[in-house]
Amino acid sequence: MPAPIRLRELIRTIRTARTQAEEREMIQKECAAIRSSFREEDNTYRCRNVAKLLYMHMLGYPAHFGQLECLKLIASQKFTDKRIGYLGAMLLLDERQDVHLLMTNCIKNDLNHSTQFVQGLALCTLGCMGSSEMCRDLAGEVEKLLKTSNSYLRKKAALCAVHVIRKVPELMEMFLPATKNLLNEKNHGVLHTSVVLLTEMCERSPDMLAHFRKNEKLVPQLVRILKNLIMSGYSPEHDVSGISDPFLQVRILRLLRILGRNDDDSSEAMNDILAQVATNTETSKNVGNAILYETVLTIMDIKSESGLRVLAINILGRFLLNNDKNIRYVALTSLLKTVQTDHNAVQRHRSTIVDCLKDLDVSIKRRAMELSFALVNGNNIRGMMKELLYFLDSCEPEFKADCASGIFLAAEKYAPSKRWHIDTIMRVLTTAGSYVRDDAVPNLIQLITNSVEMHAYTVQRLYKAILGDYSQQPLVQVAAWCIGEYGDLLVSGQCEEEEPIQVTEDEVLDILESVLISNMSTSVTRGYALTAIMKLSTRFTCTVNRIKKVVSIYGSSIDVELQQRAVEYNALFKKYDHMRSALLERMPVMEKVTTNGPTEIVQTNGETEPAPLETKPPPSGPQPTSQANDLLDLLGGNDITPVIPTAPTSKPASAGGELLDLLGDITLTGAPPAAPTPASVPQISQPPFLLDGLSSQPLFNDITTGIPSITAYSKNGLKIEFTFERSNTNPSVTVITIQASNSTELDMTDFVFQAAVPKTFQLQLLSPSSSIVPAFNTGTITQVIKVLNPQKQQLRMRIKLTYNHKGSAMQDLAEVNNFPPQSWQ
Amino acid sequence: MLLFSRQGKLRLQKWYVPLSDKEKKKITRELVQTVLARKPKMCSFLEWRDLKIVYKRYASLYFCCAIEDQDNELITLEIIHRYVELLDKYFGSVCELDIIFNFEKAYFILDEFLLGGEVQETSKKNVLKAIEQADLLQESQNEEWGGLSEDIL
Repeated sequence: MPAPIRLRELIRTIRTARTQAEEREMIQKECAAIRSSFREEDNTYRCRNVAKLLYMHMLGYPAHFGQLECLKLIASQKFTDKRIGYLGAMLLLDERQDVHLLMTNCIKNDLNHSTQFVQGLALCTLGCMGSSEMCRDLAGEVEKLLKTSNSYLRKKAALCAVHVIRKVPELMEMFLPATKNLLNEKNHGVLHTSVVLLTEMCERSPDMLAHFRKNEKLVPQLVRILKNLIMSGYSPEHDVSGISDPFLQVRILRLLRILGRNDDDSSEAMNDILAQVATNTETSKNVGNAILYETVLTIMDIKSESGLRVLAINILGRFLLNNDKNIRYVALTSLLKTVQTDHNAVQRHRSTIVDCLKDLDVSIKRRAMELSFALVNGNNIRGMMKELLYFLDSCEPEFKADCASGIFLAAEKYAPSKRWHIDTIMRVLTTAGSYVRDDAVPNLIQLITNSVEMHAYTVQRLYKAILGDYSQQPLVQVAAWCIGEYGDLLVSGQCEEEEPIQVTEDEVLDILESVLISNMSTSVTRGYALTAIMKLSTRFTCTVNRIKKVVSIYGSSIDVELQQRAVEYNALFKKYDHMRSALLERMPVMEKVTTNGPTEIVQTNGETEPAPLETKPPPSGPQPTSQANDLLDLLGGNDITPVIPTAPTSKPASAGGELLDLLGDITLTGAPPAAPTPASVPQISQPPFLLDGLSSQPLFNDITTGIPSITAYSKNGLKIEFTFERSNTNPSVTVITIQASNSTELDMTDFVFQAAVPKTFQLQLLSPSSSIVPAFNTGTITQVIKVLNPQKQQLRMRIKLTYNHKGSAMQDLAEVNNFPPQSWQ
Repeated sequence: MLLFSRQGKLRLQKWYVPLSDKEKKKITRELVQTVLARKPKMCSFLEWRDLKIVYKRYASLYFCCAIEDQDNELITLEIIHRYVELLDKYFGSVCELDIIFNFEKAYFILDEFLLGGEVQETSKKNVLKAIEQADLLQESQNEEWGGLSEDIL
């Protein structure tokens, strides 16, 4: 059998292959030769064959059949064999293969070998890929070697120990005694690896950390070593661009960081040396900056005195001006970490940071953007926003969403004026409209609603914005909503802030219809547009017929959402026209709710305690709750569940959160004048219950009619009548409409109706039409109650009435038992 | 640590965490693609998954290291540079071909410089001395064992 071809020969041959197929062919041929050679148990050339296999493995070809051969090589006595064998083990084997455990014995023997290079190989392999089982078996040997006087082996043993600890943390204790004198070494290799070992131990175990702080007095030792490094003269062996052993310096600084964290004494002991390093290190080359970087990280992390911290931040500031990109990147990253704690110091470098927004490098831009947002405050908001908007305009798409969200957050917190705020939002919507996050739309709508005096200006600007281009969905959604709400202001040309434009009702409807038709509009956007058109039916005067037509067309739309809305609106026109104006009334000012931002820092001149944004719960007030409790108390029965009416008193309360979501139940009650607006606000999903209540009747062709109405209460001139409706398709639901009338000669004001039902029922109370029952029966309050009676039990109800009459507060409780059987059977 | 050429061919791969071959291939492919896509003026650091990637190009070879979050990027650049210097000293003005044809030696040098992902020797001289001595040991053994004085490989 001729000798297998040499490694270099093989490499040369394979490189001549011109195609992938040719290469594969060569490889396969050689693999076959190697396999037969392995089968023959050829000892002489085994290492050559394995070496070739390793080369082919690097090219991406399978080499698992060489695994056992590696083990044989390791077991050989020849150094070459061992070298290749261990290399192969590190490349081909790992802890997932069962084979690897066979190595353990070999390694154990080699750890005790007479030749240090063999021992070195064993340590290296164990420290690189040793599994937990191997580590457990061999930890003792490693520990022994950690105490040897041979520095070549000692340094390797130290790093091997690090690996053992990472794999099997419980073994950490075992290495403790050996660490005692590690730092007394002169050999830098040993020093470096020892520092790494100590770092690993301190990071993993707080007990170890405490031990090293107190008992070993590690800090003074490290300080001494560091000092020697800096002060000692030129040492050719360890010099890198004029700095003595930067690798060691950096590791020591890192260990000091861990030791000084949260510990005053340790921090105190290292203050001087840190200052020294910070001021004396050469900054012209990367290596000096690497040390400064580590120093800054350490200063910021321990309990350093303020002078030192300022020094650190200034170093970072200088980094920002460095020509080297890497340095700038590193500076921005570090500043981001420190901006929370040392905000004012970082502010000083704000202009440099903002300049970095214009950098060409993507990573730097991202860092600069994050940092800029962190630095925005009430004082610099105008200037910063200009820069940020410019950035939004020109940045890569991957940034736009984050940038837009950040701008909204910042604007919300620090806007100097409402007009500025609206302008900024407009700018974002028009620049990056399609990247704005979905949750921004309701937030913006709430904001616009609350800026009452800006409504005309806002709607005008939004109208102009979508005239040209209605492809950006969030922009169109906000615009559609505003036009729906404030369309009357738009056509009346009442803008104060800028030149009013002449718009006719038809033009407005034109644009909304185009949005509806456009292929670019999503289903959600169309929903907004349709609802807006509907709302305009009460705000516009001459185009109501056109609106009716549009709405009825969409009653047969394929889009279920649109169809549902259109049908409901149609119903409003036909059957509930009397409610239409009330339903579609202007939105009141909404309750402010937390934004979904991270916990922001409240900046108050240097104070830096983070203050989480406060959630303001919708004040559906303590009153209804206590009233409900009263009901419970007085009635005492355990089978009654009190129901807190969803219509609180005349406080301008609102279910802000729910409305903001524009999802779910919208039971807004009115600010005075007390005309409430259970408005059909654009909803993404509607609770079926509500849907049933408002509009299911016209849809159902089989309503059970003819249920007699009853007088539920009649006393002191106040009469309450119940009328019933049930549907055949959902027989457990009974819809009760109450009508309250007042036959006395004075109005009853602040009228609140509450009801409670037995536990087996569920009750939902919708908003009343008003809270005043006018005198002389000139009008009524209507309110809808929906009762769910799945067990078809006899309907009973307890009601509580409160109102003001003739200057005094009145209250009464009553039980309603005269429900007709058709209302619940 | 990965070394790869401008065409994306792998010249050296050293893994310090256990991963299956398939995973290693996938990661290598992704990283190579990402790094090769970087423009020359960009900075040497990038974020990838939960790691930081530090890379530097020397002639036709990219040297690429993945480090953990708490590691110092700037010193990693120095580590890469030191490794290149070691290769340079050993091979005498190293070029990509040297590493291709003597990859096992490149590994040996790396294993004398780093162990378990950490620097084990900060003195250039000491690393090179160790390699020299190991090479000598290998040669002398080969002579002993049957007169194959040329390179056994």
